[in-house]
Formats: sequence, structure tokens, C-alpha cells
Amino acid sequence: MRNHPATNRPIKPVFRLIALPRGNHHVDLRTFFARFIFILAVLITVSATDAAEGVGTVRIGLTPTIPNDQYRVIEEWRLYMERELERPVEFVWRNSYIETMDLLRVNKLDYAWICDYPFVYFKGQVKLLAVPLYQGRPYYQSYLIVPATDDQTTSIDQLRGKMFAYADPYSNTGYLTPRYLLAQSGEDPDHFFSKTFFTFSHRKVMEAVALGAAQGGAVSSHVWDTLLKTTPELAQGTRVVSKSPEYGFPPLVARPSVSETEFRTMQKLLLKMMASEEGQSLLRRLNIDGFIAGEPSLYDRVDQMMQVVGKK
Amino acid sequence: MRSPFDLSFRLKIPLWGSLLIVVTTLAISASMMVQAYNDVRSDLVSSASSLGGTLARTLFPVMLRDDVWQATEIIRASLHGGLESNVLRPELVFVLDREQKVFISSQPQSIPLLADIRQSGEEYRRLVNWLATNSEPAVRSLELAKFHRIYVTTPIVDTGAYLGTLVTVHSKDALLSRFYSVAWRGMGIGLVVLAILLPINWFWGRRTAVPMVQLTNSIVDVTRGRVTPLPPQNYTHRDELGDLFEAYEIMVEFLQDRARLEQGMIRAERLAAIGRLSAGIAHEINNPLGGMLVALNNFRRRNGQDERALATVSMIERGLHQIHEIVNAMLVEAKGKARDFAPQDVEDIHQLLASETRKHQVTLQIDSNIERPVPLRATLVRQILMNLTLNAIQASDRSGEVRCTIHLAGDQLMLHTENAGKAIPPEVVDHLFEPFIGNKESGHGLGLWIVYQIVQQQNGRIHAESSDGLTQFTVTLPLGDAA
Repeated sequence: MRNHPATNRPIKPVFRLIALPRGNHHVDLRTFFARFIFILAVLITVSATDAAEGVGTVRIGLTPTIPNDQYRVIEEWRLYMERELERPVEFVWRNSYIETMDLLRVNKLDYAWICDYPFVYFKGQVKLLAVPLYQGRPYYQSYLIVPATDDQTTSIDQLRGKMFAYADPYSNTGYLTPRYLLAQSGEDPDHFFSKTFFTFSHRKVMEAVALGAAQGGAVSSHVWDTLLKTTPELAQGTRVVSKSPEYGFPPLVARPSVSETEFRTMQKLLLKMMASEEGQSLLRRLNIDGFIAGEPSLYDRVDQMMQVVGKK
Repeated sequence: MRSPFDLSFRLKIPLWGSLLIVVTTLAISASMMVQAYNDVRSDLVSSASSLGGTLARTLFPVMLRDDVWQATEIIRASLHGGLESNVLRPELVFVLDREQKVFISSQPQSIPLLADIRQSGEEYRRLVNWLATNSEPAVRSLELAKFHRIYVTTPIVDTGAYLGTLVTVHSKDALLSRFYSVAWRGMGIGLVVLAILLPINWFWGRRTAVPMVQLTNSIVDVTRGRVTPLPPQNYTHRDELGDLFEAYEIMVEFLQDRARLEQGMIRAERLAAIGRLSAGIAHEINNPLGGMLVALNNFRRRNGQDERALATVSMIERGLHQIHEIVNAMLVEAKGKARDFAPQDVEDIHQLLASETRKHQVTLQIDSNIERPVPLRATLVRQILMNLTLNAIQASDRSGEVRCTIHLAGDQLMLHTENAGKAIPPEVVDHLFEPFIGNKESGHGLGLWIVYQIVQQQNGRIHAESSDGLTQFTVTLPLGDAA
């Protein structure tokens, strides 16, 4: 098992359903028979699930990528999807990217809206479904923010020995980018700040910085810009010190085992949202312009940064 | 300047009563206010303790994970919700770790994280020193008056493991503002109580004091010789004050009686002295007068006197007779034939006074219940009746009525006259029975003097009363032995 250094959280392997007896002659027959029955039952269940694919509930994982706690618009989006897919749709909220990723990898989710960093981190374990368009392009940035009361700081180098708020250990703009910046300046990101903490939300990074609990933080430009419109008093409590280069926008992904048909149906639904009035209204309220199919190469820059900072 | 203790009861009773009411109201209000303040404060401390306990339990696992942001969110949640003026809501919440460094704070700008709290100011130095005085982890509260704050500290502890201390800081301003609102209400009620009690006290105080002051003034008058009955007042209660009024009235009556008695005695003695003097003089005059009259009589009988000398003698003789008459009148002596006063005498008086009543156009009415002779000397009783009735006729208004009553009751005879007319002037009343007193144009001024002398000799009483145009004389004579 690998341990993630930042969270000390074990990354769970895919279930080992059963340990089949291999040359263990001491296992008695009754036990073996019981296990055989169990495997049979599991196989029947799995085949039943496969048979039901295309009619069961579609489960979509959501992460704090969603900028504002927009439960209302998400609910309307869910109803929209149910109508389009003619299937029940369920949104599954989790507080951290890793939880959502875990659910994806154990097939508890079909799709998820995750961050670009976990997409790169777990490359090959998920399939790119769609990339949102923000201001007409599939890109966003990381903003380095400080409290609005701080009018001195002009770069991350000046935050040495301060408290720093990260969004999530699997966030690019809220974790990887500032660490990459420090690494580029020859600093050790693990010891540069006096103390760091995770808020597991871009919005909460802004709250922590505005309150002064941290003297600096890093957030997604999409979240910051959206909150500047919806909750200006919060965004105005912070000051953007610097903006990173552009990264591919946090993508929607699918678990690899989703059937091709279903994948296409879902992708089509997302891509044609721009075309309908209702879809446009939902997109507007999510503060994005639409979806494109996208290419994994959009996230190559994140991959390079990850190589520099290391997978930690 | 008069001492307040020397003030009149009229002011002193209401003033002292008012003072007592005000002092009592203030004392009760003050004690209620102290109670209210303590209640508000203990509410605050108990609510802060329960909040602290809840937060500390929630914070323990979070602090164990070193999750700064979640811990911050937990304490910030305690600062929101409820009304804006919620007294019980803390002003500031922070958590200290085992080294008294700030783990989290609801106001990181003023209480920066990671810093030693003691560097944040004197109040926090004192707080940390105070925390160090107790090794047992328990919820405690500290009030630093200088900083207008109350600090409630809760240890963050689980199964004996101590991670740090949660401190909730409460401003006393909110506490005071709630206390002031209670205090204002209390003051309002106090004022209402005063507004009711003070006028009642003032009314009652004056009601008690005013009669006392009147009584005091009257008693002071008595000591200065002026005995005056109390002005009419409406103090009708049967308490000590009521008894005092009654006793005063009795005392005044007694004093007035005694004064009247003294006056009567003085008058009687004066009249007795005058009587003795005039009787003595009359005797001394009567002897030479008798001689002179005899000599003049002899002188006239002698022949050979001329006309002029005889005329002169006659004139002297008339003068001497007048002197004799007056002297005899002053010498009230029992003389003449002794017989009892009889119904016939009443008739005689009527006859004798008829011409006088006609002259003054007055109606004389005599009421008598005498049916047979009364054992009193008729001449004396007639003299009394004549004099008094004549006086009454002469003093009566024209066309007036004079009443004379002769009444035998038991062992005494009562003679009474009354007439309407000018009252006897007060300056005359005191000397009424002295000789030559009176304001009559006619008569020698000895009528009442003679009546008085006769009454005295017969051990009777005489009483005169003159007021409001009605003058009355009453004579009471004890019956003597039959003649």
C-alpha cells in the first residue's frame, strides 16, 4: 500500500474479493464449498449489474471544484441529466479529491468532476470525459492570495515563515502550483512556511486568508472569480498577489469500465448543453461556458510540475 | 440656619417619611440591581462553560489531527447565529496548545496563530499566569475588570490526555448593556412606587401634623394667659391624638371655669368692700344729717323770720332730704313691717309700674306661679322686682315687650326679667352692681346696687346676661322661715 505523504492516508487497493485456496490441503471441504457458493453469488450479482447497465442509476462524484456551494443549481443539473438520459442520476459529494478518486477506482462512481492534478496523478486509472470551457477556453489559473489588509506582499517568496492555507493535497491550483513555485526558487516547500493546513475547499482557503488564519493561500481562478461575483465581500477580503500560467480546466472523468455507449451518451449530453437554452442557463449559473471533449495533453504542464515537485 | 431637627412637624413628618421611603426604595432597587447583575453574570458564565465544554469535546479529535481549518470553523460557528445583541455569545475564542501558543483563534489578526499568547498583551499574560495557578483541568472563569472582559477557560482533554485550553472571551459591555436595561426597568418601577407613596406620605404626614401644630399653638397660648378653645377641626379618630384633643378641651373648660370663678370672687369682694364703705359713710352722714334736719325744723317754727330766710331754709331742707334719701337708699336695710311675699304683691307691682309702661309704650308681662304667701320678706322681694323690671322697661326698645317671671320651685324663688334692646356695654358688665354705674339719664344709679345688696343679705344669687339685643337678669332666693 502506498501512503500519501501529505495526508498520511492509505490508498486503498481494489477489493480482493476472496483468497482462493492454493495448494492449502488443510482447508476443509465445507469451508471451500462455502467460499465457492460465495464466489458464485458474487459472479451472479456482477453479471446482473452488467445486464442492468444502461438502466441503473448514474452516479457522478462531485468535489469542492464546484466554486460556490451551489446545491440548487446542481440539483437542477441532476434533473436535467435524468430527463436527458432517461435514467436516475445521483450526485455523490465528497469533501476531498482522494475520496472521490477512491470511489471511482472501486467502481462506486461512474463519473466524477475532479481536479487536473488527480487526473494526472492517477493517469490511466480514469478516462477523460469532458473539459469545461471557462471564458470560452478550457483553461484556468492558480491565484496566490493574501489577506486584503496585507498590501506589501508581491510574491510567494515573501511569505517565508508564515501560515499558508492549501486547498487539497490533490489540488493543482490549491497545492501543487505554490509548491512548484517554491521548488523553482530552490526552496523546500515542506519547510518554507511555519505551518500549513488544508481546508479541502478553494472557498475555505479564501475564508482562511480573509480571516487572517493564514497569511497566504492558493486558489483556483475559477473559484475566486466566481465568488467575486456571487460573494464579493469574501473575495474582497483577499488580494491576488500573482497568477500562475494557464492549466487545463478541472475535467470530468469516467471510470475506465464504463461502456463505450454509455460514455458517448454522457459525453454527448455534456457537449450539447451549450446548444439548449436550459443547458445554457445551467452553465451560466455554474459559471462555465460549456464542455468540450478535450485532450489529455491539455494537462501536460501539470505532469511536468508533478515531476519537478515529486508525487507527494 | 435652623437645624432640620427643629423644623415644624408640618414639614418634619412628611420630610422624614419621604426620606425613609426614598432610602428604602433606593436600597431595594440597589439590592435588586446587584442581584440582576449577578444573575446576568452567572448566566453568562454557565452558558459559556457549557459552550466551552461542547466545543472542547468537538475540538479534541480535530486538534489531535492538527486540522487548523476545521478547528477554526468550529470555533467560528460558536460566534455566529442568534441575535446580534446576544449577551451570551463570546467576543473572541481561541485555543492555546500545551506551550500556551495560539493553535487557532477567531481573530487571527489580533491573536496571531502560533505566537505565544503572552506577547499579545498584558491581559493575556495575566490570563496565562492565572491558568498556571491551577493544575487540575477544569472549566474556570476569570474577570479582569481593567479590560472589561470575562474569560472562561475549558481544558481540551479526553481520557486524561490534555491537548490545550479553549478560551472564550466575553465582553462585559454586552453584559452591562443587558444589566442596564434591567436596571432602567427597575428604576422605572421604583419611580412609580415613589410617585404613589410620596403623595400618600405627604397627605398622611400633614394630616397628623397639622392638628398637632394647632394644639401646640393653643397650649402655648394658654401659657401666655390666652385660653382659647381649639378652632374646629375634623380630627375624629380615637387614637392618642384624639384623646389629646379631648383632654385639651376639658382643660380649657376647667381653666375658663376657674377664671370665671376668680373674676366673680373678685367682683363680690369688691362689692362687699364698697358695701361696707358706703354703709359706714351712710351711718356717719345720717347722724349729723338727722341733727341738721331737726335744727332746721326748729328754726322754721320760731316766729319772726323774714321770707327770704325761710325760703333759703326750705331750700337747704330739700337738699338735705335728698341727701337723706340717697344715703338711705345706699343703706339697704331690712326695715318696715315684716310680712311674707304674697300673690297680692305681684298685682301691686303691675299697678305701680303701669304708668311707667305707658310712658315707654312697652308691654309688661308678668308670669307668676305664686298662689300663697312665700316665706320671704315682701318689701325686699318687691324692691328687687321693682328695680329689675323698671330697669328692663327703661332699657327696652319702644313698643317692645318686657317679661317678668316669678317662679317658685322647691325651696327657692326665682325672679327673672328680660327685655329686648341695646346690650349692656362690656366695660359696664364687670361693674354692673356697683353704685352710680349705669348710663341712664334718670335715676340715681343705685337700683342694681340695692338689688345686689338685698340678694347678698338673703344669701341669694344674681346673674346678668346681655347679648344680641336681649338682656336678662336672674335672681334666685332661698326661702326663709315664715314671718
